[in-house]
Amino acid sequence: MNNIFVYCETEKGKIADVSLELLTKGRELAKQLNCKLEALVIGHQLLGIEKELYAYGADIVHLADDERLAPYRTLPHTSIVVGLFRDEKPQIALFGASSLGRDLAPRVSSALKSGLTADCTSLEIGDHKDTKGNEYKNLLLQIRPAFGGNIIATIINPDHRPQMATVREGVMRREKLAYAKPGEVKMLDVNKYVRDEDFVISIIERHLEERKIDIKGAPIIVSGGYGVGSRENFDLLFELASVLGGEVGASRAAVDAGYADHARQVGQTGVTVRPKLYIACGISGQVQHTAGMQESAMIISINSDPNAPINQIADYSILGDLSTVIPRMIKYYKANSK
Amino acid sequence: MTKPLKIVVLAKQVPDTRNVGKDAMTAEGTVNRAALPAIFNPEDLHALELALRLKDSNPGTTVELLTMGPGRAADIIREGLFRGADGGILLTDRKFAGADTLATSYAIACAIKKIKPDLIVAGRQAIDGDTAQVGPQVAEKLGLPQITYVEEVFSCENNRIAVLRRLEHGVETVEGKLPLVLTVNASAPSCRPRNAKCLMKYKHAKTVSELQTQDGDYIEFHQLRSYLNIPEWGVSDIDGEEEQFGLKGSPTKVKAIKNVVFQVKESKKLSDADTDMESLMKELIANHTIG
Repeated sequence: MNNIFVYCETEKGKIADVSLELLTKGRELAKQLNCKLEALVIGHQLLGIEKELYAYGADIVHLADDERLAPYRTLPHTSIVVGLFRDEKPQIALFGASSLGRDLAPRVSSALKSGLTADCTSLEIGDHKDTKGNEYKNLLLQIRPAFGGNIIATIINPDHRPQMATVREGVMRREKLAYAKPGEVKMLDVNKYVRDEDFVISIIERHLEERKIDIKGAPIIVSGGYGVGSRENFDLLFELASVLGGEVGASRAAVDAGYADHARQVGQTGVTVRPKLYIACGISGQVQHTAGMQESAMIISINSDPNAPINQIADYSILGDLSTVIPRMIKYYKANSK
Repeated sequence: MTKPLKIVVLAKQVPDTRNVGKDAMTAEGTVNRAALPAIFNPEDLHALELALRLKDSNPGTTVELLTMGPGRAADIIREGLFRGADGGILLTDRKFAGADTLATSYAIACAIKKIKPDLIVAGRQAIDGDTAQVGPQVAEKLGLPQITYVEEVFSCENNRIAVLRRLEHGVETVEGKLPLVLTVNASAPSCRPRNAKCLMKYKHAKTVSELQTQDGDYIEFHQLRSYLNIPEWGVSDIDGEEEQFGLKGSPTKVKAIKNVVFQVKESKKLSDADTDMESLMKELIANHTIG
C-alpha cells in the first residue's frame, strides 16, 4: 500500500524507453520515501517482461494480460489502472508524457479526482506548509515550465492520492541496477476491472513508423529557430550538420512554422538533448527551448540580434547572418580538419 | 440518411506565449504576461475547422463554441462566429477562477450536459499550459469515449465516426459510436478564414455584460436580433456541485513560481568575419569538440 507506481508502455513486447526512465526515477523516490516501486504493464503475451523491470528496480510487477488489451485502447486501460489504484492506493503514480500516457493519465486522474501534472522536468520529495498553517511531509514536488516556458512552477497535490505526473522521454536518466534482485509478479484478473463497454472504440488499422529521425543520440546538433526564415533555409543547417557528422534540430517556433519536422523539436514539448556541441541558429532562446538543450557541453549561438537571450547561455555567440556564417564555418572546418 | 449533428467545439483564449518579444519582457528579464496578446488557442482552430467540415457535408448540423474564461473571452466566440459557427456560450463566473485542469473539465462537462451535443471536438492542448488534459477529462466526466490526436475524419454516418489518429510513432484508424469526444492535432487542416457574410452578420454579437456599457438604442437594436446574443453561463446556470468548481475543486496547487531569469555566463562574442570563423573552427577541432 502507498507505494510508487509506474505505468509501463510496451510495443511488440518491448518496454518503452520513457517507462524505464520513470522506473529509474521512481526507484530513487521510493528509496527516499522508504516505500516500494511497483510497475504496471497492460497488454498481451507479457510473461517474461518482468525481468527487464526488475533490472530497473521494480519490486512488484502487475501484469494485466489479455488479447483485447493490445494494442492500447483508452477505456480498457483506464479501467484497469483506475481499479488497481483504488485497490492499491499508491501515493505516487508516474506515466510517460507520450501519445499514450497523455491520453491515459488525464482520464485516470479525472476518474480518481486526483491531480495530474503534465510534462514535469524534475520530480523531488519535499515538505509544504500552506497559508493556513497545515503542514505536509514528503510531498511529490512536480516541477515544470509553464506559460510557454517563461516560468518554472512547482506543483503539489497535498490532499489527493495518488500524486500523478507525466514526464517526457529523455528528460530523466535511465540506469539499470548494478545488482538486480528478482521481485514479485502479480497477475491481475482482467475481467474484474474491464467491462464490455470499454471496447466500443475499435482500431481498424495501425501503421507504426520506425523512428527515422533520432536527434537524442547525436553528438552534434545544428538547430534552427524561427529566425532561419524558411524550410529552404534549413538546407544550410543540414549541410553543416552533415559536414560535422551531426543531426538537425529545431525550436518549437520553427516546427510550428513548418520549417522542420516535429521529430526534430528540441525543448519542453520536444526532446531533451545533451550533445557535445549544440549550434543554435536563429533561435531566440525561450526557456521552452533552452530547457531541452542547456546541458549541452558546448553551445554556439548564431544570431543577428546581439541581445537574443540565447547568447547568455552560449559559450560562443556569433553576431551575423546564417547565410554568411554557416558557409564560412563549413569552409574553415574543411580547411583545418584532417 | 444521416441525421444532422449538434456539435460543440471547446475553445480557449490564451496568451500568445509562442513569440515573446522584447516588449513583453520586464527589466528583470522575466515575462510580463499582461503584455502578451490574447489569441484563439491554435489547435482549437483546427478543432473548429473539423467541426465546420462535418457541417458542410451534413446539412442541418450546427456548430456551437463553448469557452470558459473572463468576459473578454467572448472574443473567441465572435471569432468562431465569423468563421462559420452557429453560436457560442461563454462560461464565466468568479467561482470558476483558479481552476486546474480537473476543475476546468468539471465546469465544462456540466455545461455540456445542458447542451446535450452528439459530438464534442477540442484542440489537443492549449499553448499556455500544454497539458492536453482537458479533452480526456471532459470525456471521462461525461462518461463518453475519447479519440485523441485526430488528424482527419474519414466518415461520419449513422452515428458512427471513423478517424485517423496521429501518434508519435505512427498512425491509427479508429472507429467509434457517437456521442464521443475528439481532440484535434495541429497536423489537421487549418481553419478557414473569416467569412465576409458571417462577419457582417455577427460583428455586433455581444454578451449581456458587454451590452451594459452601450446606450439604449444599441441595446434595443441588439434585443431585436436574438442571434447576436452570446449567452453567459455562471455556476448557477449549470448543474454542478459548487465545491468542485474553481480553486476549491482543484487538487493541484501551485507551491512556487519562479520567473525564469536568464543567467549570464561568460560568453565569447564573435563576428562573422573570416578571421573569427577560422579561429573558432580551429579551436573546436583542437579541443576535439568536432572532427
